[in-house]
Amino acid sequence: MWFRRRKRRSLESADRFPSAPPDVPLLEVDSAQTSFVTDRGTVRAVDGVTFSLERGRTLGIVGESGCGKTVLSRSVMGLLPKHNVVRSGSVRFEGQEIGNWAPDQMRPLWGTQMAMVFQDPMTSLNPVMSIGNQITEPLLYHFDISSGYARELAVALLQSVGIPEPDRRLRQFPHELSGGMRQRVMIAIAIACGPKLLFADEPTTSLDVTVQAQILDLLQTQQRERYMAMILVTHDLGVVAGRTDDIAVMYAGRIVEKAPTRVLFSQPRMPYTEALLASIPKLGDAAHSRLATIPGRPPNLIHPPQGCKFSPRCAYVQDKCRVEEPPLRPGPEGKHEFACWFPVGTPEGRAAFESNKKAGVAAVEARLGGETVPVEGVS
Amino acid sequence: MPEPLPSPAEELATEEAQEGLPVDAGTQEIAAVIAVPGATAARRRKKPFGVGAWLALGWLVFVIGIALLAPVLPLKDPINWSDPTLKLQGPQWGHILGLDQGGHDMLSLLVWGARPSLEIGFGSIAIGFVVGGTLGLIAGYFRGLIGELLGGLFDIMLAIPAVILALAIVAATSASVTENTGSHVTNVTIALAIVSVPILGRITRASALSWSDREFVLAARAQGASHFRILWRELLPNVLPAMFSIAVLGIAVAIVAEGALAILGAGVNAASTPSWGNIIIGGQGNLSEASHIVIEASIAIFLTVLSLNHLGDALRARFDVQEARI
Repeated sequence: MWFRRRKRRSLESADRFPSAPPDVPLLEVDSAQTSFVTDRGTVRAVDGVTFSLERGRTLGIVGESGCGKTVLSRSVMGLLPKHNVVRSGSVRFEGQEIGNWAPDQMRPLWGTQMAMVFQDPMTSLNPVMSIGNQITEPLLYHFDISSGYARELAVALLQSVGIPEPDRRLRQFPHELSGGMRQRVMIAIAIACGPKLLFADEPTTSLDVTVQAQILDLLQTQQRERYMAMILVTHDLGVVAGRTDDIAVMYAGRIVEKAPTRVLFSQPRMPYTEALLASIPKLGDAAHSRLATIPGRPPNLIHPPQGCKFSPRCAYVQDKCRVEEPPLRPGPEGKHEFACWFPVGTPEGRAAFESNKKAGVAAVEARLGGETVPVEGVS
Repeated sequence: MPEPLPSPAEELATEEAQEGLPVDAGTQEIAAVIAVPGATAARRRKKPFGVGAWLALGWLVFVIGIALLAPVLPLKDPINWSDPTLKLQGPQWGHILGLDQGGHDMLSLLVWGARPSLEIGFGSIAIGFVVGGTLGLIAGYFRGLIGELLGGLFDIMLAIPAVILALAIVAATSASVTENTGSHVTNVTIALAIVSVPILGRITRASALSWSDREFVLAARAQGASHFRILWRELLPNVLPAMFSIAVLGIAVAIVAEGALAILGAGVNAASTPSWGNIIIGGQGNLSEASHIVIEASIAIFLTVLSLNHLGDALRARFDVQEARI
């Protein structure tokens, strides 16, 4: 049929954004800075972040609440409001600088080139619009297709994200679906227009633990099948373990360590990463083990501490750390980058830890944790 | 006679009995758990409207019906027919609602009077709904300068007493209309529409402000939706319930306000167009000897306003609960 052919063509020609040569990474972020101007001062939420992402690769961004990971992903996508936000640095997508683009310029890219899955599927679906309309909506405004064809696509999308009876679901409203189902719908919406880059901003934080793994697996399959690049933002190292190619650990608006996932888990260099790993409870630990913690709280981003921003909470801290901020630089292994003067697992790091242990630094005690807490009446 | 279907609880009891299990408290407990979701689902789906709401709807349909059918109803002409000998007479055979101070038939006055009253009530709010709603939506979505300016405009308009503002607008727009004999329906409609704009605008703005902070608006933006799409498809459907519940109240207020303007001499021209408002004004001079004129017109307004308010509440209760269930 003639109209069906026309639709096919328009679906393909919608990809107006020129692809870069294959040796240029899909996304290059260079010393990105994002600050919020508030009454109390300037909050430097993202403070000089540099990374790049190849096509079809996944990057996990890990950090505590308030370390700037969500701001970073929204900033790269250009979704932050204009007011009171100061951005600098460069964001290159397909080799083209988009860091300074206005929302009107970015709009054709949103959905078709880059898309985002949000944290809370309870609030990120419109309560008064049917699932079907919410999926077909972006298809209809990005592509020149009929609503009937958009509906066919929506059914296929729902099927591919593992929703049973997609025909029936199309007519349902968000409140009729469970949290996991809604997050599947969110994923279907995000991938509807075939983006090359998918941001998943804590996609499982508000979900049941049993559903979390399903959603993460789904994201992974979709990412592989569609050869998308994916940035998985989370506060949970367990979420990114084994699911991402690389991991970047963020602290106080900066990347403090970046490495291939396996390397990061086996040889953390930055004391913060080590402390995060140590704070995951392990099945093998004895009952009533005290959980390892990181003392203190994330630094104030209006008046960050001098030197290394993690120094007030670090078990390896030396005088140098309180004065000079370590740069993010590759270690001897090449791909493993970290920002630390006394990296974990090196002679300098060990010496620093021992001297702090002798001096009785609080962070060391908390870091050691581990030993069994005596509890009365329990053998 | 067909046997009634067993309830889930009864089904469970028979099942357990067949399996040789005792029917005890446990059965009832399980049955209660089984029974509840179905029951609530059924209640949600049906949620009957209530007698009051049906009565209100019935009255409104009746009033709108007779207003529309006034020309074909077997009524005396409200302006040209009069019997001065019967003026101020109460209800009687042939004039079941009595006659007014000019000897006109009250029944036909009230039926014909429903037309301008309803036109003004619905017309002014319809205009206010569209204009105020649009401005409020824009003000709530685009914060910044546009939002501040529109918000300020609403506040300024609200600071002027509504009756005085309406009077001034009627006075300004009716200069061309025959002097001192009142105004056209259109003038009053426009005046009340302008008065209603800031009220509807503010409600819409407040609602749009809170809805546009929701993540689904950001999600739509991240999918490349234009501002217009977000306003029209994401925000408007969520804001409409709040707008409707205020608008329905607004219709009632506008009908009463037409009467208030009539009292102040800025209502609809009584000599050419009887309205509920100017019937009351005409009858107030003879309140002691012929109270039926004022009472009958007041009852017409009262019932209509009451119906609108009640219907507004019922509609809100029916449509506004979606959020609570999420």
